[in-house]
Amino acid sequence: MTCIPVKTDRKLGLAIDLDTCVGCHACVTSCKEWNTGAHSAPLTDLLPYDADPDGVFFNRVHTYEQDTPDGGRTVNFPRSCLHCEQPACVTVCPTGASYKRTSDGIVLVDQDKCIGCKLCSWACPYGAREFDVDVGVMKKCTLCVDRIYNENLPEEDRVPACVAACPTGARHFGDFGDPDSAISKLSAERGGVELMPELGYKPVNRYLPPRERKNHPVNTAAKPLEAVKAEGGFLGWVDRILSGKD
Amino acid sequence: MGGGYHTHRQIGRVTGRLNDWEFMADIRHPRGANAAPSQQALGTPHAPEEGDGVDTSPKIGDRIVKSTCYMCACRCGIDVHVRDGKIRYINGNKDHPVNRGVLCGKGSAGIMTQYSPARLKKPLLRTGERGSGEFREIEWDEALEIAADRLRHIRATDPKRLAFFTGRDQSQSLTGWWATQFGTPNFAAHGGFCSVNMAAGGLYTLGSAFWEFGETDWDNTKYFMLFGVAEDHDSNPIKIGIGKLKARGAKVVSINPCRTGYNAIADDWIGIRPGTDGLFVLAIVHELLKAGKVDLDYLARYTNAPALVIHAPGSAEHGLFARNGVGDILAWDRGQGRPLAADDPALQPALTGSFTVDGKVCVPSFQLLAQRYLDERYAPDSVAERCGIAADTIRRVAAELAHVAFEEEIELPVAWTDWRGVRHETMKGRPVAMHAMRGISAHSNGFHTCRAIHLLQVLLGSVEVPGGFRFRPPYPKPVPPPNKPHGKDGGRPDTPLDGSPLGFVTDPEDLMVDADGTPIRIDKAFSWEAPFAAHGQMHRVIRNAWAGDPYPIDTLFLYMANMAWNSSMDTEKTIAMLTDKDEDGTYKIPFILYSDAYNSETVAYADLVLPDTTYLGRHDCISLLDRPISHADGPGDAIRQPVIPPDRDVRPFQTVLIDLGARIGLPGFVEEDGSPKYRDYADYIVRHERKPGIGPLAGFRGERGESFGRGAPNPDQLERYIANGGFWHHRLDADQRYYKMANRSYLNFATDMGFLDAPEPIFFQLYSEPLQRFRLAAQGHGAIAVPEAERERVEDYFDPLPIWYPPLDEAAVNGETYPLHALTQRPMHMYHSWGGQNAWLRQITNQNHLFVHRETAHAAGLTDDDWVWIESAHGRVKGQIRLMDGVNPHTVWTWNAIGKRRGAWGLKPGAEESNKGFLLNHAIGDQLPPDARGKRYSNSDPVTGQAAWFDVRVRLVKCTADEAGETAPLLPPVPLPPGFSPSPDKLSFGAEFADKGKTK
Repeated sequence: MTCIPVKTDRKLGLAIDLDTCVGCHACVTSCKEWNTGAHSAPLTDLLPYDADPDGVFFNRVHTYEQDTPDGGRTVNFPRSCLHCEQPACVTVCPTGASYKRTSDGIVLVDQDKCIGCKLCSWACPYGAREFDVDVGVMKKCTLCVDRIYNENLPEEDRVPACVAACPTGARHFGDFGDPDSAISKLSAERGGVELMPELGYKPVNRYLPPRERKNHPVNTAAKPLEAVKAEGGFLGWVDRILSGKD
Repeated sequence: MGGGYHTHRQIGRVTGRLNDWEFMADIRHPRGANAAPSQQALGTPHAPEEGDGVDTSPKIGDRIVKSTCYMCACRCGIDVHVRDGKIRYINGNKDHPVNRGVLCGKGSAGIMTQYSPARLKKPLLRTGERGSGEFREIEWDEALEIAADRLRHIRATDPKRLAFFTGRDQSQSLTGWWATQFGTPNFAAHGGFCSVNMAAGGLYTLGSAFWEFGETDWDNTKYFMLFGVAEDHDSNPIKIGIGKLKARGAKVVSINPCRTGYNAIADDWIGIRPGTDGLFVLAIVHELLKAGKVDLDYLARYTNAPALVIHAPGSAEHGLFARNGVGDILAWDRGQGRPLAADDPALQPALTGSFTVDGKVCVPSFQLLAQRYLDERYAPDSVAERCGIAADTIRRVAAELAHVAFEEEIELPVAWTDWRGVRHETMKGRPVAMHAMRGISAHSNGFHTCRAIHLLQVLLGSVEVPGGFRFRPPYPKPVPPPNKPHGKDGGRPDTPLDGSPLGFVTDPEDLMVDADGTPIRIDKAFSWEAPFAAHGQMHRVIRNAWAGDPYPIDTLFLYMANMAWNSSMDTEKTIAMLTDKDEDGTYKIPFILYSDAYNSETVAYADLVLPDTTYLGRHDCISLLDRPISHADGPGDAIRQPVIPPDRDVRPFQTVLIDLGARIGLPGFVEEDGSPKYRDYADYIVRHERKPGIGPLAGFRGERGESFGRGAPNPDQLERYIANGGFWHHRLDADQRYYKMANRSYLNFATDMGFLDAPEPIFFQLYSEPLQRFRLAAQGHGAIAVPEAERERVEDYFDPLPIWYPPLDEAAVNGETYPLHALTQRPMHMYHSWGGQNAWLRQITNQNHLFVHRETAHAAGLTDDDWVWIESAHGRVKGQIRLMDGVNPHTVWTWNAIGKRRGAWGLKPGAEESNKGFLLNHAIGDQLPPDARGKRYSNSDPVTGQAAWFDVRVRLVKCTADEAGETAPLLPPVPLPPGFSPSPDKLSFGAEFADKGKTK
């Protein structure tokens, strides 16, 4: 049993725009390449060139089809740790290896304390934990804790690798604890949702849902076309336009 | 041209957004595409005191090398972080105009391609039977001498017996020039089986093209239509652009049988039946014409709509433009009531009517166009069923296009002057943009369909205007570009061709055929079977070389083209041709010379293998002379530089080609005394001049790097590129950014740069006279006779206005026997990526399923994970199905090129790719079924020769229990090349970096 802070100074997290995500996997591999040489290194790949390759990825994209009143829809859904305010993965940890940082709310694993019991992965309903079989410890998204404060990086690059790489700009980063932060405002404006709130883990990350499509202004503003009137049909109309008579 | 950059003039903003053009000027703004307030750093000077011992500032690398990605053809700028001689991390270059800091799933996995166990190690000489994979390693000198001896002999006797074809080559200005100097007409890159329909469709209509010659005005468009794009050219700019559209609520309409990727996030997904896009588009054209929703002013100013077409059925002039005594095309001036040159600045053109000029009846081409598409056969109700789209949907899209184009017009407060000298106080724009690629291109009606889309864009007045589709310099070019294919005499011993073997045919005289109409080229490009084959027909080379049709060759020289696997149709038969022998025991294709960095399926079929470096191990140039990476706001080019030296005995292919050129004494590759002219590719990049002052790189020319475009070679040019972040980009002046085809300032600039020969306006060719010339030839007119057997085909398909016809292979098979269309899409994380063996990417996709519409599957008694035979009239392949809703019910599809041959690409024998994944190519014929005369045409577009991958029709047959579980055909595995060890069973990449950084 590991305690979680009553309150964190910040609530750092991601907002992921499902209206914009095309499922390109840039966030998946940019995450992998950063993190395989970073805080949780390595992100081991077992059988990388054989059947059933099995590697550690902190971020995975799933694609679903969904029925909506407007018809079917395909949703690309990137999935990573949500850095919950009430993370069950931490509270179940018998060694204190899993912990939630007081300063920024990031949920991390101290690999030296992890005994590989996997209780945390059973506790996490979001499937965010990744067990590294080779090393025998649990790993997970660090919110790029070694990028966002990294003084060896220019300040403008101190964002999670997935946010920097995302070609459609579908990923956002910031402090959800500050209602005036850009990410809080974005989430409010777009109706950002938390995943499975009924479980009470209070995820920090937000998903921005696909926008409604049927009421798009262009759809409603366009009047049906009508054939040009009067003599000569279209060609007559052309003549009238060119001669300035219409 | 000398001098520096032009002064920056502030322009007003329509939307208040910082668009790309302004971004490039404004260094104060946060750099990069992802610079929204919600995408920025926290702004805290130091990490908080958490006390958990986490090292929040680990060292990343010892150095950053700025280069260019090669994980696909997009060619993004990359920052490669190197630590202890190893690659630690690759991220996008924020200053680079192509990707502005973002990087896709492939680019971000470049590390695993760099360290792939499939990398070749040393030159290989075949020792066993071809295809056995038995080789011995040899030294480079021996390898190069074997190749040079062979090439020298071919060149001295009959140079066309060398067929030199390159795959995903990004150095075509070098490879093409090499072939020209060698003297063989048998050269092309892979465009003939990729996207020549898009390139040719655009270049014969607009003088530019979708492909990579143009782009949407992402900052201003309000309505974006995407046709047949899964993940195509170009990768990140489209993603960045779609992100922009989404961020500001522009409407995205996708026309695609599959609702995946970009199509998944469209506001409107129109799940069209494959191969019917042209019909859908022409029905929209019908609606717009009927309603008078076309931009007549634009048509009159910027197109050949006013050009007078001679109406004299049966004569040799019928359908050609009326010309005056000096050859100017004529138009009818309404004011003066007489014909004037169509480019007369004073012209007030008629677009309709019938006029008599020199005794000939003539009508403006626009009238022919309008009459064609006003016909009821193009009405939405006439095409709806065939397209699988409700007529109301077609009418709605037409209405929306008209609404946005004509009711939501935008205007940039930027004055500009047109070619006539007329000053315009603003730049008007119709904010409708379109992009189309593979789903249009890979059908045998793709050339005409591409032209139909361009026709629609032009009728709306939305090309090269704010909010529309924009050209990227060096485009636009004259329509089509003026260069013709060379080598009609088949090449002469020890003599260069008098020009590039590829070009743009506009008249039967330009064809590469002899007096009997027999093709000159081994791939039959520019023959009557494929007159506008501007990119060659690589997909025909192996069959023709095998059959000795039109003649046998000696050496097939391939670079980075997986012709023994996913780049050929009917793969098994292609492999059989590669290994087939004559009665005397010699191979029908006597010698195969192959260069690649990886152990692809094709390596086993080579006689001599020249191992290439990876993209991080060499110099390259991304040249304006080749496939440019320019932005619509200005020309640009880039370099690659060696990031880390190769750890094996491999050499950059381009350097090897230059070496071979010198060894065989090709003009341009040797000094007068016969010594090599260039040390290596880097030396060539800097010193080579194609024309005086024009070389592979346009930036930092002149002895001190003071000029761009034209200028003397600069010995420090590469250093200047490196200092500039690995690229060069010139930002156009505000008044040059739009209307480039008619913009005096831009046309002058383009001429100074060498993009154009003269600053003359470029008129869009809605009515294509070159097509009509071929039709007339087929009708028996003109000096060049069309062979009797080809007449009907040429007459049918060379219509001067866009037409639609059912895709040829589809039309040739029984639609009831084969009820489904079968397509492939490129997964975004692998598109164009040279090798899905990448350890990270293959964990995302290592088995391709066949996706089937849920109802279609249920009707056939099929369910998820069933194994089926995918049978076409040409062959069959076995795969496993997945059900989905977001696909046209008459269509099945799969991911392209996931299926691999056992033993190739460093994969273990049990890998899913080789046992469960499948290659649809086995079911795609490289030839059409025999026609009434028994002739089998290539499975290609009859105009451009583009490979018609997407025309295939199939049926699904459920496998028996015995058959389920693995793919078929399952070809025997190829052994590992000498010196290869089995690939590792574990990767702990990166552990070495972390251990050093720990500060616990």
